[in-house]
Amino acid sequence: MEPFTIHTGVVAALDRANVDTDQIIPKQFLKRIERTGFGEFLFFDWRFLPDGSPDPAFELNDAKNAGASILLARRNFGCGSSREHAPWALGDYGFRVVIAPTFADIFYSNCFQNGILPIRLDEADVDELFQRSQPGSYTLTVDLEKQVVSDDHGFSKTFEIDPFRRRSLLEGLDAIGLSLQHVDAIDAWERAHGVGQG
Amino acid sequence: MSTPRSLLDKIWDQHVVCAPEGEQALIYIDLHLVHEVTSPQAFEGLRLAGRKVRRPERTFATPDHNVPTTDRSLPIADPVSRQQIDTLRNNCREFGVRLFDLDDADQGIVHVIGPEMGLTQPGMTIVCGDSHTATHGALGALAFGIGTSEVEHVLATQTLRQSKPKSLELRVDGELAPGITAKDLVLFLIGKISTEGGTGSVIEYTGPCIRALSMEQRMTVCNMSIEAGARAGMIAPDETTFDYLRGRDFAPKDFDAAVARWKELASDPGCHYDRVEVFNGADVVPQVTWGTNPAQVTGVDATVPDPASLPTAADRDSATRALEYMGLSGGQKICDISLDRVFIGSCTNSRIEDLREAARVVHGHRVASTVSAMVVPGSGRVKRQAEAEGLHRVFQDAGFEWREAGCSMCLGMNPDTLSVGERCASTSNRNFEGRQGKGGRTHLVSPSMAAAAAITGHFTDIRGWDYKG
Repeated sequence: MEPFTIHTGVVAALDRANVDTDQIIPKQFLKRIERTGFGEFLFFDWRFLPDGSPDPAFELNDAKNAGASILLARRNFGCGSSREHAPWALGDYGFRVVIAPTFADIFYSNCFQNGILPIRLDEADVDELFQRSQPGSYTLTVDLEKQVVSDDHGFSKTFEIDPFRRRSLLEGLDAIGLSLQHVDAIDAWERAHGVGQG
Repeated sequence: MSTPRSLLDKIWDQHVVCAPEGEQALIYIDLHLVHEVTSPQAFEGLRLAGRKVRRPERTFATPDHNVPTTDRSLPIADPVSRQQIDTLRNNCREFGVRLFDLDDADQGIVHVIGPEMGLTQPGMTIVCGDSHTATHGALGALAFGIGTSEVEHVLATQTLRQSKPKSLELRVDGELAPGITAKDLVLFLIGKISTEGGTGSVIEYTGPCIRALSMEQRMTVCNMSIEAGARAGMIAPDETTFDYLRGRDFAPKDFDAAVARWKELASDPGCHYDRVEVFNGADVVPQVTWGTNPAQVTGVDATVPDPASLPTAADRDSATRALEYMGLSGGQKICDISLDRVFIGSCTNSRIEDLREAARVVHGHRVASTVSAMVVPGSGRVKRQAEAEGLHRVFQDAGFEWREAGCSMCLGMNPDTLSVGERCASTSNRNFEGRQGKGGRTHLVSPSMAAAAAITGHFTDIRGWDYKG
């Protein structure tokens, strides 16, 4: 997995709460058997009009958000289906960071498996970011080492993150490889609980 | 005397493999359920890394999300769907995983077949690449949905990295009035605690109202825990649980010894919960969702709320958007909402008791001429049982379609979808925009409320129903 240390990028602000994973990547695109190529279908039903052209009213189609790599959203982002296709689509589109007041649990966990950093900030701080991102193209810097989100105009906030998840992202750790270092403990648990003994 | 522990504490403590300094704990997974949509990339990952499935005998697979519910003897028309189902078949063969394939008599929705075959048992840790895995918590298991990377992790190691979730006790006192179902209860609870009320938590449902529910009704309640944002939902095992499991295919050989162990699982009196909420079952009326998330719900005897009357700006925004999508306006009576389609099925409400409940309503009536209605049993076994009882005739005689088992129009990955603007009374679990088909409008209800709506063509309070059976 690609390590995550410091990232600077354009912010796309999606002013909606309870964005579910069905919106992030609709079901008709879940039949693929690969992990790649989902970016073109990200937010498909919101992003495109019935004739297939981009919907000018949708935030990601706004010219000032071109090349955005940081997504800003409201509460309970990523709720609903466990589909990891959601972070695959966000990552494939180019997002490395999602900032919201709260996230749904499975989506939050799935992000870390894919080198995407989900950041929880207080509702008031998220409000302020929405305001700051409104006028024109807006850039933020995310420093995972220091756990700080900042811009060049005085905004600077620290965020909380589980230390193990932080280290896994910083070092781009292979989760399965790391767990298999504990194979003796897994063997011991299985022996103690009669697993595999008929 | 040892500290009193909750059901969650007991299952968690028993399954910690190790908790190395500076890492999340590794939790042992007793049962891993697999379906065609969230597994191909996980098996591919194993193949690329030269890994195998650590415990194939604890891994079970079935195709459900994508499968057609029409004639199974015909080839699957959609080549991409077919490829995904073929891929599951090939992966199961290559890695030695037991598959209940499309032509297997036991094929069905993964959360229906796990309990009905007795794979799901009290005290287990159970995962599946599907958020509705919480269903299995009804039997006193810790069961939750995971992403595909975690599916690969469990396949390779039979463990998962986890931080211990918080505990939330939802106690329901009193009893449900006649005609009120487990579906009404869970929609009511979600409406009260919101779509993120359970985030970071495992819900334990307790109290006399929960104890009085049958095993299948408990599954309906636990199934929708994710719609309240919870990692899992669970109910301590009791005689209802043991009676349900006795004699099932995968139930323990020495059943009495197992029951003695399972009886130890119930939360100890005075155990700690991080949060407790108390409700009364007598307050629940038949529920109907009016919006685009499951907490946007009200009683059948109420009206669609006026967004301006809602307490926060976020609620008002979200309701305004939802009503626009749903083609409704504030103040409209729920009973005045007409339907185009009715769907009875999904991992929430496709078990035999659900079908009996719906059939009792339908018996002797005809589906309204303006409505197209279908019943999709949750598994091959449910379908056979229903046919043995003649329920399929009741549905067919009334004008319902009677289909093969699968997830079907709950998420519309197969050809069963709504068209733009179509309005559906659905016994499924999600009313998100486009969930059942782009532009489709979903109202979540119980099986009896869906059946009544099919007959009258609009939402109808089941408490006044003219039963002819």
